Amino acid sequence: MLPIKLIKTAVLPLALILVTSQANAHRAWIKPSESVLSGEENYVTFDAAVSNTLFLPEHVAYPTKSIEATGPDGKKLELENAATGKYRSTFDLKLTQSGTYRISSASAGIRAMWRDDEGNRKMWPPRRGGTKGETFETAVPKNAKDLNVSFSSRRVETFVTLGELSKETLKPTNQGLELVPVTHPNDLYATETAEFIMLIDGSPAVDAEVEVNRGAMRYRNDPETINVKTDEKGKFTVTWPKAGMYFIEVSYQDDKAKAPATSRRGGYSGVFEVLPL
Amino acid sequence: MNKLIKFLSAVLCVIATSTANAQPNLKLEVALPSLQVAEYHKPYVAIWLEDSKRQVTQIAVWYDVEMKNAKGEEWLADLRQWWRRAGRNLSLPIDGVTGASKGPGMHTVSTDLTDLLAKMPAGKYKIRIEAVREVGGRELVNIPLTLPLDTTKLPLSVEGRSELGLIRLSAKQ
Repeated sequence: MLPIKLIKTAVLPLALILVTSQANAHRAWIKPSESVLSGEENYVTFDAAVSNTLFLPEHVAYPTKSIEATGPDGKKLELENAATGKYRSTFDLKLTQSGTYRISSASAGIRAMWRDDEGNRKMWPPRRGGTKGETFETAVPKNAKDLNVSFSSRRVETFVTLGELSKETLKPTNQGLELVPVTHPNDLYATETAEFIMLIDGSPAVDAEVEVNRGAMRYRNDPETINVKTDEKGKFTVTWPKAGMYFIEVSYQDDKAKAPATSRRGGYSGVFEVLPL
Repeated sequence: MNKLIKFLSAVLCVIATSTANAQPNLKLEVALPSLQVAEYHKPYVAIWLEDSKRQVTQIAVWYDVEMKNAKGEEWLADLRQWWRRAGRNLSLPIDGVTGASKGPGMHTVSTDLTDLLAKMPAGKYKIRIEAVREVGGRELVNIPLTLPLDTTKLPLSVEGRSELGLIRLSAKQ
C-alpha cells in the first residue's frame, strides 16, 4: 500500500528535488547567521539556497514555503521577513524561549521512470510537478517498459539554540533519511569529534555516504572535503579540523521500498556551526 | 683583412641559420588526472605564457564552449589567476586558443608553441597552467623557461598535485 496522502502533498517539493538533482547534485542549504545565542530573546537570520560553492548563493534560491521552524516546545514558529531573490531566500526567526530550534524542509515521494512505445524516456511526476488529482496508478501505464520506481526522501535542515541546549527538537520523525545527533548540533568545537546516527524510516542507515565540507570554499584551492561512511549502527563521526560553518550531506540507497517502488533513496543535508575551541 | 671579415661573417651566418633550423618542433602535453569523486565534471583549464612583466600570451583555454547562450563563460572567472591576468578583458571564443573542456588523460595543446616561442623577445618567462573543477578544487602550476630556448634542456616539466597531472614541454619525435 502506498501512503497516498504523502504522495499528494509531496508533488510540489518533489519538483524541487528534481530541479536540484537534474544536472548534478547541487547542494541545498539553510544557513543560520549564527547558531549559539544568548539573551532573553534574540533574532537569527537565515539564507536558503541551492549552490555548488558553500555558502555562496550562485545557482537557485531555496523556496521558503517548504521551510518549517520548530521551537524547543515542539510548536511551529512563523518565519519573519521571508523573501526570495534571484539566488537565495532569506528569513528571520525570533527566538523567545530557551532551547534548541529545528529549521527544516522535508519531502518524500514516489518517482517512476519508463519508456513509451517509441522508446522515449517518461517520468512521473514530471519535472514541472504532477497534474492535480493524478496518481501513480492513473499516470503510469500498467505495463510500462523498463519501469523503474523509486521512493525518495529528502531533508534539508539546521539547528539554532537560545540559551541552554535542549533535545526535544532533535528527535527523529522516523520518516525518510534523518540525522540523529549524539553530540548536540549546537555544541560543536574545532578539533573535537562529533558523533551522529543516520536513520532511514526509523532504522539505522548502514553504509550511507557522508560528505563534510567547510564553508568559505571560494577562498581556498582545496575543498578539503571529508568523506566517511556510516557503520552497521548508522553511526559516523567527524573531527572538525577548524572552526567554521559546515555542510554535511548524506546519501543512502537500498532496495527495501514499498511496492510499487523497488528502490528507496534518501538525501540529507544539514548546516552546522563549529566554533573555535 | 676585409675579405677575411666578410668570409667569417658569412660562415657565422650559415652557422646561425643552421642552429635556427635545428630548433625542434615543440609539443606541450597536459595530463588531467582521473579522480575518484562522487560527482566529476571536466575541469576548466587555462594555459598562457607570462613574461617577467606579467604580459600574457594566450596558449589555450578549455571550457564548456558547448553550452547554450555562452553560459559556459559564467565560470571562467573561477580560473582566478588567468582571469586576473588575461581573461577579463577578452572576448571569447578565440580562434585557435579556446576549445572544449577535456576529461582525464593526456592532452596535447594544439597551439603551435615552436612558432609562438620563436616570436617572443629574449628573456625569462613562465608557462602557467591553471585548472579548476566544479564541485572540486583549483590548482596553478608553472614551467619557468628562458627564451631563446636552450633545447638541450628539454623536456621541461612540472607535476600537479591535485587537479593537474604531468605537464611537459618536449621536442616532437
